[in-house]
Amino acid sequence: MAVLTRYETVIGIEVHAQLRTSSKMFCSCPTGAAAGEPDEPNTRVCPVCLGLPGTLPVINRRAVELVILTGLALECHVETDAVRFERKNYFYPDLPKGYQISQYALPLCSGGRLSVPVPSEGTEVLVDITRAHLEEDTARLQHGGRDHSLVDFNRAGVPLMEIVTEPDLRSPAQARAYGEALRDILRHIGASDGDMETGSMRIEGNVSLRPMGAADLGTKVEVKNLNSFRSLERAMEFEVARHAEALGRGEQLTQETRGWDEGKGRTVSQRSKEEANDYRYFPEPDLPPLRPAAEWVARLRAGMPELPVARRTRYRQSLGLSAYDAAVLTADVELAEYFDAVVAEGVAPKPAANWVTGEFSRLLNARAADGLRASGVALRPAGLAELIAEVESGAVSTTTAKTVLARTFHAGESPRAIIEAEELGGLSDTRAIGEAVSEVLANHPAQVAEYRSGKTQIYGFLVGQVMRHTAGRADGRLVDEELRRQLDGEQ
Amino acid sequence: MISRQDVEHVAALARLGLSADEIDLMQGQLSRILEAVAQLRDVDTSQIGPTAQVIGLENVMREDEARAGLGRELALANAPLREGPLLRVPVILEEGR
Ligand SMILES: [Zn+2]
Repeated sequence: MAVLTRYETVIGIEVHAQLRTSSKMFCSCPTGAAAGEPDEPNTRVCPVCLGLPGTLPVINRRAVELVILTGLALECHVETDAVRFERKNYFYPDLPKGYQISQYALPLCSGGRLSVPVPSEGTEVLVDITRAHLEEDTARLQHGGRDHSLVDFNRAGVPLMEIVTEPDLRSPAQARAYGEALRDILRHIGASDGDMETGSMRIEGNVSLRPMGAADLGTKVEVKNLNSFRSLERAMEFEVARHAEALGRGEQLTQETRGWDEGKGRTVSQRSKEEANDYRYFPEPDLPPLRPAAEWVARLRAGMPELPVARRTRYRQSLGLSAYDAAVLTADVELAEYFDAVVAEGVAPKPAANWVTGEFSRLLNARAADGLRASGVALRPAGLAELIAEVESGAVSTTTAKTVLARTFHAGESPRAIIEAEELGGLSDTRAIGEAVSEVLANHPAQVAEYRSGKTQIYGFLVGQVMRHTAGRADGRLVDEELRRQLDGEQ
Repeated sequence: MISRQDVEHVAALARLGLSADEIDLMQGQLSRILEAVAQLRDVDTSQIGPTAQVIGLENVMREDEARAGLGRELALANAPLREGPLLRVPVILEEGR
């Protein structure tokens, strides 16, 4: 890797995040299929998002709010003077109007920053945010065959936020850490689902290398088609190595767009992109100017939810959780909220974190593909708190509690009711345990004699018999006491 | 007079294939349009701010409430080509997005 020390890696990130609104950016069409319904192509469309003549766009207030909220979370300047929408013109079948309504000269938010912890490097990098602006998504094109494509307009006009950084990242690991930190923020403030796999968050990495100490940037390559944070990191690693090799051979790199091929683990050159000025941006004449009122921005600032960094600090410092638990919980705001609710029920933070990030998450992840989130789990935080309390008091074993959790996770029944109804609770009645022990000893005279003759290894076998006899419900400590009393005491 | 290259470039952006004769024709017509619009340069605008809107409205927004739009059949009623629930279009191979 000697070659890498000669060059400095320079990465900037562009993120497109679908905003969490019910309706589209400029019309009232739903942004998603109704819960539980399949998403049928070309059903969420209207004259506005199909670009039919004579229609007029109207701005979705919530979409503007979510971008302002994001801007505030990223310490951006939020424009209250004049915000402008502009037409980005190009002809492609994914764009029914022949232009995309976007923002160019006067974006909603600009000049922010985000401090990103990079655990793998033991550092924290400060990333400057160039801008965060609002635009509309395009239709989805499907490959139809050699000579045609198929268009689904359901996605056309869905509100999209573009967030661009300065080229401040110095390694693929930092790029990934930035993407994850941004995702956590978007989820915390409810701006976006931030899901790379489903495309509600899309990332492009701009990478270049320059000789150590040089001020000018090298030739930049833009990498697209990244479906996970892992692919982002791998694609950046691939490009850094490719650039270093080319530069080492004295070759000139081409400024281009490349696509990441996950299967082959490499990037491939894509079609050349139109020059920026070919988009012929001009102010959108169909939309009156937007001047977000200072009071509106102040109100949004006042209502800002707790951000991931603050939440992680609180988890570590006030609740005494490990850095790992704090990171796992804050990576999913719904999980964090669920955890907070369990703690609010009076459960100690550590066991609450163990259960929420452990068995609860395992059951949740098993259904993640169906879109199940913590807020949708039938067992509510009070129920999980009840179960944890049963374990902590020693009333049920951890194993039994896991079984109960699996049963009530999707049903939402009270864990305590299940434990009582099925007598899963531990047998802590000394008399009952005493009877079980007597019976086991009476049934195994040979083993008892063996033990008493000094071959005490047989003791474990006798414990096992008592546990079997009580169907595993007996409290281990009491069984031990009673066995020793009867074996050693009554000679 | 704009150049033939300009005409070809604009045609490529508009995804139009022009014959040599058509390029000549467009070169003349587009040049005359640009000349006509260029007359605006003679107007003194030193006292006028940039104006993208003249209707005097601002902050026109709607609440985020979803409503059903057109049904699929209505939406695709005028589509020249369909394939099941999808609109069918020729594939675009030239430089593009
Ligand atoms: Zn619509």
